[in-house]
Amino acid sequence: MATKPLVPSASAVRWLGVIAAPTALALGFLWAGGGLTPHRLTQTSLLDALRAVDGTPPGFRRNHAKGVCVTGWFEGNGNAAGISTASVLQPGRVPVVGRFALAGGMPFQADAPAKVRSMALRLMSPDGQEWRMGINDIPVFPVRTPQEFQDLQLASRPDPASGKPDPARVKAFRAAHPWLRAAGAQITHRPLSSGFSDDTYRSLNSFLFVAKDGAKAAVRLSMVPLQPVTPADAHAGDHDYLFRQLIDDLHAHPLQWRLMVTLAGSGDAIDNPSKEWSRDNRQIDAGTLTLKDIESEENGPCTGITFDPLVLPRGMMPSGDPILQARSAAYMRSFYLRSGERPTAPAVSPEMTVPPANAKDNKS
Amino acid sequence: MKNVKSFTMPSRVLHWVMAVMILAMIFIGVFMASTVGSDYYRLVALHRSVGIAILVLAMLRLGNRLHTPPPPLPEDLPPVIKVGAHASHILLYVLMIVLPLVGWGMLSAGGYPIPLWGQSVRLPPILPYDPMLWAELRSAHTLLAFLLFGLVLAHITAALFHGLIRRDGVLRSMLLRASLDPISQESHGD
Repeated sequence: MATKPLVPSASAVRWLGVIAAPTALALGFLWAGGGLTPHRLTQTSLLDALRAVDGTPPGFRRNHAKGVCVTGWFEGNGNAAGISTASVLQPGRVPVVGRFALAGGMPFQADAPAKVRSMALRLMSPDGQEWRMGINDIPVFPVRTPQEFQDLQLASRPDPASGKPDPARVKAFRAAHPWLRAAGAQITHRPLSSGFSDDTYRSLNSFLFVAKDGAKAAVRLSMVPLQPVTPADAHAGDHDYLFRQLIDDLHAHPLQWRLMVTLAGSGDAIDNPSKEWSRDNRQIDAGTLTLKDIESEENGPCTGITFDPLVLPRGMMPSGDPILQARSAAYMRSFYLRSGERPTAPAVSPEMTVPPANAKDNKS
Repeated sequence: MKNVKSFTMPSRVLHWVMAVMILAMIFIGVFMASTVGSDYYRLVALHRSVGIAILVLAMLRLGNRLHTPPPPLPEDLPPVIKVGAHASHILLYVLMIVLPLVGWGMLSAGGYPIPLWGQSVRLPPILPYDPMLWAELRSAHTLLAFLLFGLVLAHITAALFHGLIRRDGVLRSMLLRASLDPISQESHGD
């Protein structure tokens, strides 16, 4: 048996055959990861756009960075069980871990009446099904697509000289997106409540509820306060007044919201969160949220939770709304990045959330 | 004497089914980890389900490999090359099993529910809830996936080198149609 050399001579075509497939795969891999298209919209470019506005304090959420943890329960009443098989909508109580926050990536920003407030919730059914949501106190989302979100962030990033957004850039964005004008006006002119406790929070994005027979219904969700609503008043110079007020309210008594499920009417835009739905749509009161306890994020139970709106229980599905997909993807990356960083102490400190009775006990 | 014995039919079927799945997973993975597009949710759901399927198949395949040893490499290959080939195969097996486990573990540590095939099955967590651990495993998942992709490229290059340049029967021993080859049919006798 003659020993063959390790590399016998072969034609160039054969060598081309050897390298063609691996080269094609390597290029495909680079393309799939965005390496060949540097201007493609990605999770990283979206978070970079948020950073351009808000900077990067390590360890905090890339958006809705200033917040506080709350806990309580949700009690379904069965009214929505006909349009979704989700166990959380059946009559009965499920535990809730939640979070109140201000929109924006600045964890130490000052509270102000017109800043967007949010409520985030994780509802855990006894059967292991889980429902997470992040909902906001604005009537509609300011944009329709992830690309528009990134463009809006970049247009409203602060000018290094003035520290404020460049009006020319904001104006250019508005001029280029006339279809978002209505949403912008609705957000600017929304009625402002006095604080977190008497605020209404909305899903903005649509979801599909799936009934027992498989029928799908497009819905939007809102949490409507059972507390009396009072209009916002000025709190100049009080850096954390919204959070202090929420802490005081929760120390005084539990806070409650009604989960309202709004069904899409025939003319409503399901996949466009910047468009409001008709106001005479059918609404279902699906149950009551009760929040009882409040804790700083420093040791609170909400800190390690990402309130990804696409963590849905059986009986609920995402709609075709592109913002929903982008939120899920960006939340994952934000959770990944911040979990690997060492956070500094949050603005709402453990001292602030100590209940008054305990505070007295500690002193005596 | 050019004929190397073939892999058994079950080995070859497992190899090619998994080859398609693993390549698809790598591409889905690298795409979904960067995209904010409208396929994100579907791709993540698919990635979870196919990942667990790969884990199950890789265990089966490991059992099969230990039960029916592969045909030997050609005797005239230099020892260094043989050692490299064996080492890369061991590493491929390790990654086929470890990568899905790291994925499962990172979702467990991150507190994510882990539904498979829609919502039909829910996997239990295999690690305690620990966001710091989630971040570390999420990084490890990426690094190991890059390593696996590099190995797969080397594997394909080596296979094509055997098939097109050396023409020593090594590539053919894994091709599905090799079963039609009378010599490999013969080898089924032992």
